[in-house]
Amino acid sequence: MSFEPIQERIREAAGRGSALRIRGGGSKDFYGNAPRGELLDTRAHAGIVSYEPTELVLSARCGTSLLEIQEVLAEKSQLLPFEPPHFGPGATLGGCVAAGLSGPRRASAGAVRDFVLGAVILDGRGQRLAFGGQVMKNVAGYDVARLLAGSLGTLGVILEVSLKVLPRSPAEATLRLELPQAEALRKLNGWAGRPLPISASAWRGDELRLRLSGAESAIRAAVQAIGGETVAQEEAASYWTGVREQADAFFAGELPLWRLSVPSNAAPVELQGEQLLEWGGALRWLRSSADAGTVRAAAMRAGGHATLFRAPDKAAGAFTPLAPALARLHRGLKKAFDPAGILNPGRLYPEF
Amino acid sequence: MQRRVAGKLREFLPERSVLWQDEDTRPYECDGLTAYRRLPMVVALPETEAQVQQVLMACHAMGVPVVPRGAGTGLSGGALPPGDGVLLSLAKFMRVRRLDPAARLAIIEPGVRNAAISDVAAPFGLYYAPDPSSQIACSIGGNVAENSGGVHCLKYGLTVHNVLRVRGFTAAGEAIEFGSEALDAPGYDLLALAIGSEGLLAVVTEVTVKLLPRPETARVVMASFDKVEKAGDAVAAVIAAGIVPAGLEMMDRPATRAVEEFVHAGYDLEAAAILLCESDGSAAEVEEEVARMKEVLAAAGATRLAVSRDEAERLRFWSGRKAAFPAVGRISPDYYCMDGTIPKKRLAEVLNFIAAMEKKYRLRCPNVFHAGDGNLHPLILFDANDPEQLERTEAFAAEVLEKCIEVGGTITGEHGVGVEKIDQMCVQFSPAELEMFRAIKRAFDPQELLNPGKAVPTLARCVEFGRRHVRAGGLRHPGLPRF
Repeated sequence: MSFEPIQERIREAAGRGSALRIRGGGSKDFYGNAPRGELLDTRAHAGIVSYEPTELVLSARCGTSLLEIQEVLAEKSQLLPFEPPHFGPGATLGGCVAAGLSGPRRASAGAVRDFVLGAVILDGRGQRLAFGGQVMKNVAGYDVARLLAGSLGTLGVILEVSLKVLPRSPAEATLRLELPQAEALRKLNGWAGRPLPISASAWRGDELRLRLSGAESAIRAAVQAIGGETVAQEEAASYWTGVREQADAFFAGELPLWRLSVPSNAAPVELQGEQLLEWGGALRWLRSSADAGTVRAAAMRAGGHATLFRAPDKAAGAFTPLAPALARLHRGLKKAFDPAGILNPGRLYPEF
Repeated sequence: MQRRVAGKLREFLPERSVLWQDEDTRPYECDGLTAYRRLPMVVALPETEAQVQQVLMACHAMGVPVVPRGAGTGLSGGALPPGDGVLLSLAKFMRVRRLDPAARLAIIEPGVRNAAISDVAAPFGLYYAPDPSSQIACSIGGNVAENSGGVHCLKYGLTVHNVLRVRGFTAAGEAIEFGSEALDAPGYDLLALAIGSEGLLAVVTEVTVKLLPRPETARVVMASFDKVEKAGDAVAAVIAAGIVPAGLEMMDRPATRAVEEFVHAGYDLEAAAILLCESDGSAAEVEEEVARMKEVLAAAGATRLAVSRDEAERLRFWSGRKAAFPAVGRISPDYYCMDGTIPKKRLAEVLNFIAAMEKKYRLRCPNVFHAGDGNLHPLILFDANDPEQLERTEAFAAEVLEKCIEVGGTITGEHGVGVEKIDQMCVQFSPAELEMFRAIKRAFDPQELLNPGKAVPTLARCVEFGRRHVRAGGLRHPGLPRF
C-alpha cells in the first residue's frame, strides 16, 4: 500500500486537532505511557524496499514484519546487530525503531539508533520527509533518522527505515558460572576491558550466563580464559530468546517490571525485589512493588535512570522526568515536527 | 560594535582571553578549508565553563553571533569566523578530567586532541576508536561537531557510536547535558542529534567517550588490482564473505604515486588501485581472518598480495593512506578535497565519472576512498592563485557531489557541510526538509546566533542557487528521489 492513505489521515486529524495513536503489530502497546487517540494502523505499508548484502544495508517499510526481515537476513548469514525484542509475533520494523528497544547484544554491538542510517517520515502536518540515507557515513543535515529511534511515534509516522546490518559470527558458545551479583559485576566489567568476544550476558539468582560470538579460535580462547561450564547449543538459544522476549520465568507474574539503565560498573542497586542483569551490568531489570520515587532515586544515585516498563498502573509515569532545560528542548522539537500535537500525544511524556 | 563587544567580554574574561586587533585575530581567519577566510570581529578564549556560559549569555543579550572553534582542522569551513560576531575558541580546554579504566570511559575537555585520548588510555590496554586522518591535530570537540569517522569506522563506528555523553550550553547560555554514563538516557536521543550538528545547536565543554579494549594484534593485507572496477568488486566480495574488516581502504594510482614519493610505504605503483584490508583481534583470530581475506582478494583478481609481517610494517602500509592529503599537497600548490559517500556498488561508475570530469575541467584528481563504508575523497589539484582554476575546481566538485546524490549517496560523509557544501544541500534536501532542519535549529537557538549561515541553507539561498544552476546548463536532477 502507498503512504497516501496514512498521509490523508494525518492531514485530516491535524485539521481537526484530534489525536492519532500510531500502531503496527501492537506488540509494544504496553510500553511507554498509555496510547490514546484514534487508531492509525501502519501494517499495510509493508515490504522490504531493498536489501544489498554486500552494502550491509536493508531498507524496509514500517509495516514489514520483523520476523520476515530476520529471515531474509538469515538467508545471507546476516542479522540485525541490536537483536531487537519482538514482544509478539506481529512486531513490525516501524514499531521496533519507534520503541528503540535493543536486545542482549546491545552492550557489545550497539543500540537501534546506532544502526539506523536513514528514515522517511510523515510529520504531524503530513509532509513526507527523508533524512539520512542508505550509506554508513552521512553528515549532511542533522541526524534526524537516529533521533527517531525511541521517540515513540511522537515526531512522525515512520514510513521507511534503512538499517546497517552485519554478518553473523561464524561460531557461538554460551557459558554458565556461579557468582553472586557483586562478583558477577566485577568480572563482567573486567572482561569488558579485555578483547573478548562476549556478545550477551545475563545474571540472575547467583547464576551468570555469557554468550560468546566470533571466530572459532576466538571462542576457544575465550572459553579457556573465562572458565565455567558450557551450555548445550539448543538450551542456550532458547535461554537467550527467553531473556530477549521476556519469556523467562523472571518476567512472569503481575509485579511491576522496572528497567534500570545504569553505568555497567555501578554497585548492586539495593532495592526490594528480584533483579535480572544484562548488558554487562548496564541494564538491571527489577520486579518490585517499591514506590516509583524510591526506584527512580536509586537509579539516579547509581548514575542512570529507571523506566516503569510493564505495570498494570503507570500513574507514576513510564519514563524518568526530564530536567527543565531538556524538557524545553523536547517541547520545541515536538512543536517543530508536530505543531498540532496529534501524533501519539502523552505516550512519551504527559506534557506532549 | 567591536569595541562594545570586546569591552563586554573583558568584564569577565582576562585580557589574554579577548583578542580583537587584526594581528591577533588573523590566525583565526580560517579553518582547514583555507579557500574561505574572514577576520572575526572578536576572538574569545575562555578557560572555564563558567566563562563559556558568560560569553554565550553576553552575546545572546547583545544579539551577537557566536562561532565555536576547536583545533581549526575542519575541512568544510564550519569554523569560518563571523565578521560581525565572536569566535569562541575552546582551545584552552585541554584537560582529561577523569580516566576510568574500570568503566572504560574518559571524561575530557573539548580541546583534547583525538590521538591524545588513546595515548592516555594505552597503559590500561584501552583506546578511543574513531581515528580521522587528522587525529594528531584535531580535537574531540570538533569530532563531536562533525561526527568524525576515520579508517576503522566500518567495524568500530563513528563519533556518534563512541560518545556516551556531552555537557555544554545552549546559545542562550543554559547548561545542558545529553546522554549518560549509562547506555541510554530518558527522552529523545538528543546526543545523536547534537553529534554532527556542526556547532549550530550547542557549545560542548565536556565529552565522555567510550574506550575499547585494544585488540591483541592487527595485520593489514595490501592487494593490487589492474583495474579500479576489480578493486571495487573485491570490496563487495570481502563483505559478501561475511568479513567485517577493521579497515578497508582504496587508493588509485595517481594517489599511490603521490604518496609513495613522500612516505615510501612500499605501494605497488603499477597497480590501477590498491586495497588495504585490515584484520584485528587475537593472534589466532587474525591469522584465520587474514587467510580468508587473501583467498577472497585473490579470487577477485588481485595481481599482488602482501601481508604486514609486524607492527612496523603495518604502520608503514597505513602511513601512505594517512599521509595522502599532505602528500598530494606536495605535488600541487593547492588541492580541494571532496567527501561524498556512495553505495559501494556504484564505485566504478562514480570513478569513471570523475575521470571524465578531469578531462572536462582539465584538472587532475587522485582518489582515496574509505572503501568499507563508501566514503570517497577525490582530491582535485589546482592553483588557487589562478582564480579561473579555482572556479573550474568548484564546478568540478559540485558536479561530483551531485553525482554522489544521484547514485543514492550523500554530499558529505564526515567533513560536514559548513559553508563549503551549503549549496549542494539544496540538491540533496527538499524545501520542506530544509525547513525542518531550521525548525530544529530554532528549538535549540531561537535567535539563530550559534554558527549562523553554516550547514543548513535558507530557502532564499536555494532559490538563488537554483537560478544560477539553471543558467549553468539546466538543473540536472530536478525530480530526483533522495532516499
